[in-house]
Amino acid sequence: MIKNMISIKNLYKTYKNKEIETPVLRGIDLEVKEGEFLGIMGKSGAGKSTLMYQIGLLDHPTSGEIILHNVNTEKLSGEERTNFRLSLLGYVFQDYALIPELTASENVMIPLLMQGKSKLEAKIVADDMLQKVSLSHRKDNKPSQLSGGEQQRVSIARAMAHNPKILFADEPTANLDSVSGRSIIELFEDLHEKGQTIVMVTHEEEYAKYCNRIVYLEDGKIVRETLHKQ
Amino acid sequence: MKVITKKWLDIFRVGFFLALRQIKGGNIATTFLIVFIMMLTFLNLVVVSGILVGLIEGGSKANKEQYTGDLLISTPAGEQYIEHSHEIESTLERMPGISNFSVRYIAGGMIEANYKTRRDFSELTDSVPTQITGIDLAREEELSGLAEHVNEGNYLNPEESGYILIGKNLLHRYSEAFGDVFASIEGTYPGDKVKVTIGDRTKEFIVKGIIDTKVDQVSLRAFITKEDFLRLVDRPGINANEFAVRLDPATFVTADQLKGNLVASGFSKDAKIQTATEAIPEFLNQIRIAFALLGNVIGLVGIVVASITIFIVIYINAVTRRKYIGIMKGIGIKEKAIEISYIIQSIFYAVLGGSFGIFIVYALLVPLFYAYPLNFPFSDGILVAPVGSVMFKFFLLLVVTIVAGYIPARSIVKKNTLDSILGR
Repeated sequence: MIKNMISIKNLYKTYKNKEIETPVLRGIDLEVKEGEFLGIMGKSGAGKSTLMYQIGLLDHPTSGEIILHNVNTEKLSGEERTNFRLSLLGYVFQDYALIPELTASENVMIPLLMQGKSKLEAKIVADDMLQKVSLSHRKDNKPSQLSGGEQQRVSIARAMAHNPKILFADEPTANLDSVSGRSIIELFEDLHEKGQTIVMVTHEEEYAKYCNRIVYLEDGKIVRETLHKQ
Repeated sequence: MKVITKKWLDIFRVGFFLALRQIKGGNIATTFLIVFIMMLTFLNLVVVSGILVGLIEGGSKANKEQYTGDLLISTPAGEQYIEHSHEIESTLERMPGISNFSVRYIAGGMIEANYKTRRDFSELTDSVPTQITGIDLAREEELSGLAEHVNEGNYLNPEESGYILIGKNLLHRYSEAFGDVFASIEGTYPGDKVKVTIGDRTKEFIVKGIIDTKVDQVSLRAFITKEDFLRLVDRPGINANEFAVRLDPATFVTADQLKGNLVASGFSKDAKIQTATEAIPEFLNQIRIAFALLGNVIGLVGIVVASITIFIVIYINAVTRRKYIGIMKGIGIKEKAIEISYIIQSIFYAVLGGSFGIFIVYALLVPLFYAYPLNFPFSDGILVAPVGSVMFKFFLLLVVTIVAGYIPARSIVKKNTLDSILGR
């Protein structure tokens, strides 16, 4: 039986700015199975990224329950959330989010070093990951010396280096041309085929079709759900 | 315990890794400027107080070299001389660790200059009261190098009698720079005759030379040979007034130990026994304390400036990198590791700046001030930079810099992770 990797119940998120309250998520219920490739779609301001930040433990929901890998995240302290992100979650951001003064290889090494791996171990894993995203020849280059597509590949290598249980991707192809975008989405597809659980926010139908399930958000609520492929 | 140690080891490792990359990836000109500021701050901390203290230290050093030696045995207040001087002298000759000593015979007297040219006896005599000091020429020269300070004329000759050396501050042409502080005589030069009166005895002396030194106890005295002194002064048992004792530089005996031995021998009943430090005039000690305080205040202002500089540098660095700090937190890098990376950067600036400062102090400034001391009326100012004090200031700069680096780093790192990533 396939177990739930993500389980969300009655999730609310309201941003407060002085006296003004802006509800963004309004009662989300969602379950993501292990190995599933979930797409989150919706118009701008629908709450897609906000939902992903809550699930990815980058933000605290106003109310509701988020269970990741059978752990109720509500009870986690700040340090436990950091450790959880470090060991179980991986992130790919829209703008790649690489550390500019580190080389491609060092960007991938950083979470591994934090996990306690030796520099040599981390380097071996990082170089292996960069090879998997076809960037071995660019491992000593800094982000400023890489193209957008290459930077996003490094970002994926970093996100996957520590074998996360869930990979979060926030519009990973938004800043890329169609060729680079396609190669990135094919990388995700490849990871998915190997059993990786992926949650991807996108507004591009062309790439959403690679997901096996898509939830559509509108005004902070899931309004519909489609299955694309099995 | 082992787990905690491993956790902190990983935090330090990542902090160090990030710091090293940030320093290497930083702008060289900016790094140079920050290190330069830290160096100037350190120099401000060490040199200003060092020079202020050095003005007094220079005076104390000269006092020790030219007057007291390492130990000064002098006449107790109210006495005319040291009783049982011979016993002290013979004891000093036997004591281990002593390189040499000078025996001085002193009496209050008057030097009169214009007695040959004064035609009108209603005019005041051109005279000055002083301490006439009888010395063994060779011993005094060995102890204080008195001959080296003769800047007009020559040093006394043991084969000659009737000659006198006069301290420069007894002469108006030298002492006028001090206003009316010192009584003095006019226009006396080597070869001139002066009348020396001690008690009811007067003798004519020829000025052999003028002693130029900034040590008042020397520049306000007149020196004659021991033999001339004893001819002029009736002194029972040829008792002396001062013994200046120099320790052998190779000995392990300290001035305090030597003093202790002499006190234990019972000589403190007949004489005042002081180490060179104790013999420094109290006003010099007071000035030394005041100058050290002033130097420290100026140094502290420098420290505050340095801490603000580091604070601003780290704050700007952290603010401009806030997004990346958020990303690092997002991917699981611990806050402490990021903070440590900034602390290590602060340490890097402080250690490099401080090290350059130490190099400049010991390789350049200290030798320079020794070769060319600051010419002050009461001393030749040197730069006092004892290693212990310099290292303490280096450590102080380091601690202040660490705090100044940590506070802005902490304030940025503790901000909400998502807000940092999204730049809001």
